[in-house]
Amino acid sequence: MRHLLSAGDLSREEAIDILDTAETMSATQQRQIKKLPTLRGLTVVNLFLEDSTRTRISFEAAAKRLSADVINFSAKGSSVSKGESLKDTAQTLEAMGADAVVIRHSASGAPHRLAHTGWIDAPVLNAGDGSHQHPTQALLDAYTMRRRLRAAASRGADLRGLRVVIVGDVLHSRVARSNVDLLHILGADVLLVAPPTLLPVGVRAWPCEVTYDLDAAIASHQPDAVMMLRVQRERMSSEAGGFFPSPMEYARRYGLDASRLAAMPEHAIVMHPGPMNRGLEISAAAADSHRSTIREQVANGVAVRMAVLYLLLAGRSESRPELPLEA
Amino acid sequence: MSRTYLLQGPALLGGQATDLLLADGVIAATGPDARRAAGAGTEVIDAEGLIALPGLVDLHTHLREPGREDAETVASGTRAAAAGGFTCVHAMANTDPVADTAGVVEQVYHLGRDAGWVEVRPVGAVTVGLGGTRLAELGAMADSAAAVRVFSDDGKCVSDPLLMRRALEYVKAFDGVIAQHAQDPRLTAGAVMHEGRMSADLGLTGWPAVAEEAIIARDVLLAEHVGSRVHICHLSTAGAVDIVRWAKARGITVTAEVTPHHLLLTDDLLADYDPVYKVNPPLRTAEDVEAVRAGLADGTIDIVATDHAPHTQEDKDCEFSAAAFGMTGLETAVGVVAEAMITPHQHDFGWADIARVMSTAPARIGRVGGQGQPLTAGAPAHLTLIDPAAPTPVDPEGQASASRNTPYAGRVLPAAVRATFYAGRPTVLDGHLQDERSTS
Amino acid sequence: MNSGSLGTEVLGPEEISRALTRIAHEILERNKGAEDVILLGVPTRGVPLAHRLGRRIIQAEQGPQATADLEHLVGTLDITMHRDDLRTNPTRALTPTHLPPRGIDDAVVVLVDDVLYSGRTVRAALDAISDLGRPRAVQLAVLVDRGHRELPIRADFIGKNLPTSRTERVSVHLQETDGRDAVVLA
Repeated sequence: MRHLLSAGDLSREEAIDILDTAETMSATQQRQIKKLPTLRGLTVVNLFLEDSTRTRISFEAAAKRLSADVINFSAKGSSVSKGESLKDTAQTLEAMGADAVVIRHSASGAPHRLAHTGWIDAPVLNAGDGSHQHPTQALLDAYTMRRRLRAAASRGADLRGLRVVIVGDVLHSRVARSNVDLLHILGADVLLVAPPTLLPVGVRAWPCEVTYDLDAAIASHQPDAVMMLRVQRERMSSEAGGFFPSPMEYARRYGLDASRLAAMPEHAIVMHPGPMNRGLEISAAAADSHRSTIREQVANGVAVRMAVLYLLLAGRSESRPELPLEA
Repeated sequence: MSRTYLLQGPALLGGQATDLLLADGVIAATGPDARRAAGAGTEVIDAEGLIALPGLVDLHTHLREPGREDAETVASGTRAAAAGGFTCVHAMANTDPVADTAGVVEQVYHLGRDAGWVEVRPVGAVTVGLGGTRLAELGAMADSAAAVRVFSDDGKCVSDPLLMRRALEYVKAFDGVIAQHAQDPRLTAGAVMHEGRMSADLGLTGWPAVAEEAIIARDVLLAEHVGSRVHICHLSTAGAVDIVRWAKARGITVTAEVTPHHLLLTDDLLADYDPVYKVNPPLRTAEDVEAVRAGLADGTIDIVATDHAPHTQEDKDCEFSAAAFGMTGLETAVGVVAEAMITPHQHDFGWADIARVMSTAPARIGRVGGQGQPLTAGAPAHLTLIDPAAPTPVDPEGQASASRNTPYAGRVLPAAVRATFYAGRPTVLDGHLQDERSTS
Repeated sequence: MNSGSLGTEVLGPEEISRALTRIAHEILERNKGAEDVILLGVPTRGVPLAHRLGRRIIQAEQGPQATADLEHLVGTLDITMHRDDLRTNPTRALTPTHLPPRGIDDAVVVLVDDVLYSGRTVRAALDAISDLGRPRAVQLAVLVDRGHRELPIRADFIGKNLPTSRTERVSVHLQETDGRDAVVLA
């Protein structure tokens, strides 16, 4: 694995290897001394060109627990509004000695550009790009499902036979795209539920089923996991596209309320990538229930990111060209 | 004193081989007469195996001057045009300042005349500042030295139906035409690529085909209602071909163009987020490519126009969504059209058809008198010689355009421009631009 | 491993078995019994060796009808994340670290590995142990000591001292991992 740009780039074996490695990483996080010397002397740059405190601190914790040095570079907005190009920013960071770049960007494909244009040599880890991909989120979701639903038999296992329902703003969601890809690779059945306005044209080509009716989906699909996606309230305004009439109508038709929670199979888990809009896509009853894995997902995020950093950075021979010494 | 040239043995429009004598800016003689009339001092050019076409006419070129001389100038853009076999280009109005007054169009016209590579016909903006709210002084531009006949807000759509109606009506007074960039702005807010399977995967905002088709449908009906002619820029979807076909069958005076890239490239190429493939209208699907090829072959689509849109490296070497729309096309147009329309043997389409869609018809639509004429004695000596069997790799660094944003880098195109004559003077000989011309 | 058939077999199944029996007795003798002793095998081949030593220790203490649980005596210590050559070697798959239930605090930990060479593996193992707790003592048992140490480390229990040149390869084959017992010098 040279970069991690899209969950869809992983093979089944690579994905399971990451999840197994994360299990080992997770075990080390139960110890009193959580820090491992594995990446000592390496520098990980968190290049966050879109706000996301949660994801950044998760990556930061993962890198630090593997003893890497972490440089955080945050700036809001695209390269254009910032006045400096992505290329220049990335090259500056590499000149400062970045051994890996974790990038979050509002433009879909920005990590892909960083990895494949020859601008920099370091491995690139996509921490979320526009509406495209968020592969470590999908990995931590798969990890959470495997731990909860496979229990003791989790190591080495895929997710064959699991039924996962993903609900909400699929159109703008990198979480949905990454999860559809990874869950398909791991053998799970995925059903997307959304208002038709929040599904991309072309969604029928995805390896999943699609429906508009959440109640019918829960009743007929008998899901093992229900994943709620974050919905931005702004999406209902006509300037932002007018995707749904009102937050109330959205919550009524697509929110996970107490009655829908009760309709789910006894063992089924409730997932959400956070941050949640309580009362919009998820009710407090669902978010705080014992079936909710929302806090677990956060903890698992650190283990999964440790695993990915380990697999990307350890074992990478020094291929950086020598820099000429400055006078 | 201008030189005389004897072109020996080119196949006229890919048909009969003959000789052509060029003197005093016109085709002085053809066939056996040409050789007889050639005097001492006539330069003889061996054109055996080459195809002679009337000089190509581009109805849709962005020369970027005034305003973005870092991307292209009238001089560099027309040099690129000559290299591509063109003898006339229409310079689009979306410059800075916008070509919405007689002053700006005359400036561009004079810059073109001074450069001397091709005839530059400025396109006038339909609305003031491309703002889409108020008609520009179309009559003043028509009456200026630039004698503007094509008006377009290209880059933006004239989306207000009433304003479009007025524009269509108004230009009848001087036999002008509105060239519509058909793109409903609300349906394409934030759009950067074709909406479909690829945009769903890539997480990029989609530009739906219906945003183009809805405007075309509206505009052909408006043109019918007010009895005007309307021209559709860079038509790109299968549905749009159907609408234009229907409109023509109904007798509506609509003409349509397709770009070389929409005849060859598809949205699959965006998988790597390379902004060199970012263009407006976007690259569509393979089915759309099939449909526009069929439309060009059966005459539904009248012409090929390049939409040559040079951009600096800074405007392309960035995130896909931050990059500028557009690709260069003048120097690759003939090769790409041959690759798309002749090489696959899908349609009954030959070099005479290329002459029609890239010279005769665009000259007629743009009302450019001396261009796109048959290669007969007495006609202006605007012509180009093409080697139809010269596989040529595209090398961006070797191009005459000031910009490098060609999507064909590394591709091998089947045909090459060997010579171009503009008003009897070679602008390209042996495949090389004739820069010394300015000293003679 | 493909050099196995070409090299010289320096230890056969019998000799390996005898060496392990001897080491088991030496461990018991040094620590005056097996109380507080924990055997931690270093993957890959240290793990089956630790299990074999564990069984011999239990038998020596309790006789052939021994019932003591091997899980309380033997564990696994993955040292991958403590290696100092991670950047130059291909990534290794991680194996879980598994400790006997009592933990390692105040225990006598006997690290078990197949070959002692540069000492870097043992260095990494010592670091890994210090992250897990504070043993009373750490001892080292190896089947083969081939010399060429790069760190001030020595083994407490050695199956066989095998003088080698740096260009030679020592391969340990075990029934559990390779289908036969042999130490081959190539």
